[in-house]
Amino acid sequence: MALKTWKELPIGCVVSEPGSASEYHTGSWRSQRPVWDNQKCIKCGICYVFCPEGCVQQMEDGFFQADMDYCKGCGICAHECWPRAIKMIEEG
Amino acid sequence: MGKRMGMEVAMAVAEAVGLCNIDMAAVYPITPQSHIAEHLSDLVANGEVDAEFVTVESEHSAMSAVIGASGTGARSYTATSSQGLMYMHELLPIASAMRLPITMAIANRAVSGPLNILNDHSDIMPQRDSGWISIFVENGQEAIDMSIIAFKIAEHQDVMLPVNINIDGFQLTHMVEPFEMPSQEEVNKFLPPFVPHATLHPAKPVTMGAFAMSDYFPEIMKAKDEALKNSKKVVVDVFNEWGKMFGRNYKLVETYKTDDAEVIMLTMGSMGETAQMAIDQLRAKGIKAGLVKLRLWRPFPFEEIKAVIKNAKKLIVTDRAISFGGPGGPVFSEIKSAMYAETQRPLIYNYIYGLGGRDVPVGDFIGMFERVIADTANQLADTYEFWGVRE
Amino acid sequence: MSIVENFDLFAPRLINKKELLSPGHRACSGCAEVLAVRLMAKALGENTVIASATGCMEIISSMFPTTAWRVPWVHVAFENAASVASGIEAGIKALRKKGKIDDRYVKVVGMGGDGATMDIGFQALSGAMERGHDMIYVCFDNEAYMNTGIQRSSATPMGASTTTAPAGKVSIGQKTWKKNMPEILVAHGIPYVATVCPSYPLDFIRKMEKAKSIKGPSYIHCFSVCPTGWRCPSHQAVSMGRLAVETGVFPLYEVEDGHYRLSPDMPKKLKPIKDYFKGQGRFRHLGPEEIDKIQEKVTTEFNKLKEKAKFLKTGNV
Repeated sequence: MALKTWKELPIGCVVSEPGSASEYHTGSWRSQRPVWDNQKCIKCGICYVFCPEGCVQQMEDGFFQADMDYCKGCGICAHECWPRAIKMIEEG
Repeated sequence: MGKRMGMEVAMAVAEAVGLCNIDMAAVYPITPQSHIAEHLSDLVANGEVDAEFVTVESEHSAMSAVIGASGTGARSYTATSSQGLMYMHELLPIASAMRLPITMAIANRAVSGPLNILNDHSDIMPQRDSGWISIFVENGQEAIDMSIIAFKIAEHQDVMLPVNINIDGFQLTHMVEPFEMPSQEEVNKFLPPFVPHATLHPAKPVTMGAFAMSDYFPEIMKAKDEALKNSKKVVVDVFNEWGKMFGRNYKLVETYKTDDAEVIMLTMGSMGETAQMAIDQLRAKGIKAGLVKLRLWRPFPFEEIKAVIKNAKKLIVTDRAISFGGPGGPVFSEIKSAMYAETQRPLIYNYIYGLGGRDVPVGDFIGMFERVIADTANQLADTYEFWGVRE
Repeated sequence: MSIVENFDLFAPRLINKKELLSPGHRACSGCAEVLAVRLMAKALGENTVIASATGCMEIISSMFPTTAWRVPWVHVAFENAASVASGIEAGIKALRKKGKIDDRYVKVVGMGGDGATMDIGFQALSGAMERGHDMIYVCFDNEAYMNTGIQRSSATPMGASTTTAPAGKVSIGQKTWKKNMPEILVAHGIPYVATVCPSYPLDFIRKMEKAKSIKGPSYIHCFSVCPTGWRCPSHQAVSMGRLAVETGVFPLYEVEDGHYRLSPDMPKKLKPIKDYFKGQGRFRHLGPEEIDKIQEKVTTEFNKLKEKAKFLKTGNV
């Protein structure tokens, strides 16, 4: 994305596109990633609730996945998942 | 039609602001601004002004609250003085960067220390580079008129910047003066409703005051500078509109007997009226004296100033503040830089005077002229002196 | 594992699905503070305007020309979020009354870290609360100035090592007790004060919703684990918050019109604070004697709170 010139700046630098920070992908920060074992998952949603990024989503089948564009690999979901359905694995 | 009346200037300013259909005011008491706040709160308490009146716990919060309110699209007002203005200082460049058309009266007063509650311009001068439009008034009528005009300038779509109106503390705010107060109908006709450039409301969520790093910061500063410079044209237009409607014509730079003047004095604020009397007395003695009154301090009217002073032999710049250890008074330093590139320019003298409310009678202005005229060897030019200080 | 026992299964169904703070924000990996902010936004919903103080949450969410916010949000300075919020409340009130904006009810929220709230913004907060504005103020307390590099604040707990109160040969680190901010707000006589921790999301959301429903000022003090500043692993950010509650270091309670109520999440018997201390680098230097001293204080404070809950419970006037 080209940087704006001074003439192109919105008045008062108001940002009028809500949620536009999602253009930036924090997934590149990650050194490990969560992997769900759906055999163990009870679909409680703790992983979704506790994700600081808000990047864990419930799929149509009721199971959960993290959006790897944003997941920073903090490991909270794996640590909090009491049926131990999530494992953190090193990024290759 | 407006009506002729007499009233204390501070109260009249509150009356004028009350005519502007403000939505919100946040003020903290400080001498000599307090009468503006008190009278405005009376008007709100009596239902004459339909606005939220927020009695904040500090000037810092006063400015913070009007920034918040202005961000919602509310026409917002505050007033302060001296230490209060210094306390707000941090927020002034933020208000202008956010392009919020707040207006604020400043009952100018000396800055501590030592504590001194009386009038000079040492409070506004440190705010010079905060990106506000800054207007000085000379008398009660101007204080009233500019209090209304300021909203129209600030909220103009090509401006969207905050405006401060400098009213000399006590020497103006506490004078009972005769003036004409515009009617509500006239103000309604003159001042259109505020159309904000963005608002803090869930109907259209926006982010204001975002964090900018070096990839954007210089562009943002340039945009702000251009906005402030471009506001000059709107200031002129709005002054002209006011003149057409009310018959009181204002210029960025007022002149008095300058056409053939050899020695010109420059003042800002209420001292102009006393200086004008000195000019008349000097003229009666056959001295070709003239007076320039600077009304618009920011954006600085370079062209207008140059046009009226360039033909004089000598210019006396008077300052009611000092840049310690610097080039002299802040106005002096501005005028010198304005004239530097001019081939035809007067010798420029600078007197620092009237600090902390020290009275400056007509004779003192005459004394300044005499001292400058007597300086035939031009030894005092380009330097500054404290006027009337005991040696 | 009390969280799991008490946690209603299928939590996503109970929580507003909309993410009002978008991903792509720059908070550190495992930041429990941004988790709290995310949950706050969910609980408050779209008809909210937020004024934020300078701090971690401000810079990580508003990198110009983008924003993570999907609700109206403004940042002005460090010490004035409460004043800005009070002005927003006044502005919206006036405009709504005059019919200049649509007539929906909008909740105004001020937010700041512990430094912005308990130190530099203390006066602004006190003023806004005293004036009775219809607003919520949320303090996200991570117990030091994390944004500037882990300097001590008045929220830093006794014995914690920070960059300006470091542990050394003759220093235990922080030499003062943590300022009891919720009690100071209770003393303002405002309608609602609550302590929350994102490790207890349902309690957290319930209290936010309660604050939202109250017309007038409310104050929420949120315990926000900072793995970076506390030197603990990022995956423990939520469990560390739970330990703070279970040890009584940070009790969960609410005070409505002066009546105290301990959260049902509070355990009958507190765990020893050493369980909480041992996982954090900032307490690693503390010896048994120092821990005992802090334990005594935590126990005393918790007993005081229980007494208040007993004698100032809802129904007692």
